[in-house]
Amino acid sequence: MKNSKFAVVLAGVLGAAMVMTGCGSSSSSSSASSSSAETEAASSSSSSSASSDLSGTVGTDGSTSMEKVIQLLSEQFQNDNPGVTVTYNPTGSSSGITAVKEGSTDIGLASRDLKDDEKEGLTQTTIALDGIAVIVNPENGVEDLSLEQIKQIYTGEITNWSEVGGNDGEIVCIGREAGSGTRDGFESITDTKDACKLSQELTSTGDVIQTVAGNPNAIGYASLASLNDTIKAVTVEGVECTEDTVLDGSYKIQRNFNVITNDSKELSPAAQAFFDYITSADAADLISKAGAVPVNK
Amino acid sequence: MEEVKKIGHTGEKVAHGIFFVCGMVAIAFVLFITVFLVISGVPAIGKIGITDFLFGTVWASTAAEPKFGILPFILTSVYGTFGAILIAVPIGLLCAIYLSKFAGNKAAAMIRSAVELLAGIPSVVYGLVGMIVVVPWVRETFNLPDGANLFSAIIVLSVMVLPNVISVSETSLDAVPKEYEEASLALGANYTETVFKVSVHAARSGIASAVVLGVGRAIGEAMAVMMVAGNVANMPSLFTSVRFLTTAVVSEMSYASGLQREALFSIALVLFIFIIIITLLLNFVFKKKGDVA
Repeated sequence: MKNSKFAVVLAGVLGAAMVMTGCGSSSSSSSASSSSAETEAASSSSSSSASSDLSGTVGTDGSTSMEKVIQLLSEQFQNDNPGVTVTYNPTGSSSGITAVKEGSTDIGLASRDLKDDEKEGLTQTTIALDGIAVIVNPENGVEDLSLEQIKQIYTGEITNWSEVGGNDGEIVCIGREAGSGTRDGFESITDTKDACKLSQELTSTGDVIQTVAGNPNAIGYASLASLNDTIKAVTVEGVECTEDTVLDGSYKIQRNFNVITNDSKELSPAAQAFFDYITSADAADLISKAGAVPVNK
Repeated sequence: MEEVKKIGHTGEKVAHGIFFVCGMVAIAFVLFITVFLVISGVPAIGKIGITDFLFGTVWASTAAEPKFGILPFILTSVYGTFGAILIAVPIGLLCAIYLSKFAGNKAAAMIRSAVELLAGIPSVVYGLVGMIVVVPWVRETFNLPDGANLFSAIIVLSVMVLPNVISVSETSLDAVPKEYEEASLALGANYTETVFKVSVHAARSGIASAVVLGVGRAIGEAMAVMMVAGNVANMPSLFTSVRFLTTAVVSEMSYASGLQREALFSIALVLFIFIIIITLLLNFVFKKKGDVA
């Protein structure tokens, strides 16, 4: 008996849902995006005596690739301005852009350039360049790949490491999920957009490194800043992925780190100060410390 | 006396009211989620076209000409769930039979607490173990270039649904009246025959609901399969990297924008409808149970 009642309730719920949809669907497109992008308004620590008169919370939201950069910068900024708390919400470039547009955060972080349909009402400012390193397992004998070879590997034209001078073994291509700034950067530079034949699509840089480190035949890509000993970065066209080669443009696979602001919403004094700081030459040292390459020196 | 009774009566009414409100809260949540999913999921289906959406075989959400076909995800979820059930039900059922009919008190208590523990392990832990242990094992055993595929996901899922299958089957086996078994034994059947031909038969509706519950758990799982299935939107086969309905939503949600984002809500709606079907099926099974608890 109870169960038949439950079924009735469920049917009623569904029916009601359909009816309500009928009424609401005309103005629905924006209702989908009430994401949890709201930055936590952590109560700013007002205990220490403020040396500057700035106070409040600055919300940043967006690219996971920019985490290291923005954390070092916000730490320094908070030291200089004890009344200000800078929050960072690692949601991904697109979410960060959406959050700025909706006004739920002050400054968006995007490790890709704004798309045409996103440009309206938003301004992007490039603060740094990031090299995307092509990584392989340390056991892999291959040291250098050309852009063309990388393209052929990722599009499935080259399927065995022996074709590019390595040991015999089927190549396992590891990529990032659709929408990832790193993927966007990698695919647009190597001209493999929408053409990659991947074995795995992973959702974070850490996962990619972990997977490449665990599979001797894997190839992947990751930010210059996140490289470590468990994997090996190959040289691209003979050029090693380093800060210098990224800045002088000789390393080919690189992209912009952008901060995004909303044109129609004035930044709070604290947010404006933070924006000025991270786009200034003062931030250059910390940006390079974070593994990216500053553009304002 | 009269007064006491009166107070009791009002108290009763208040309590009744509180219970009623709490009951309504559950319905309110279901209603809210349903409305939300329908409102946010239907527009994208309209834009993409329901046939292209449900039966399209290509998912390329960020391509220059985006394609939003979720057939690969639907089939992957169905195959993955089916595979997990195929492995978990025989093992789970035999384990339940052992627990209910054969095991001594000590052994049963030990196995039961192990099963409970298995049920309590967070799915991210299953995923982690799967990623570190199962994926390389599959790669080496089957001599594949990469071990993150449907097969690894099925293995992880089957372990995850095992506790559901065991505990529900065991409960239904325990509920079989002793008289049935005694009658069978009295007719000359031995104990094993009795268990398989009488007890299992009498508990079949409970076992069926155990299977349906397992299906529900498997189809809704996201975290663990995301870590072992490879997440590429291929049409599924046993040793290719695949993406489930759940992981399709999770893996792109953080970066999605525009129609891509709306389409993810549509996938969630499809998943929700799957779950509703499973729940209704479960009700149907329960209702049919007839003779035995």
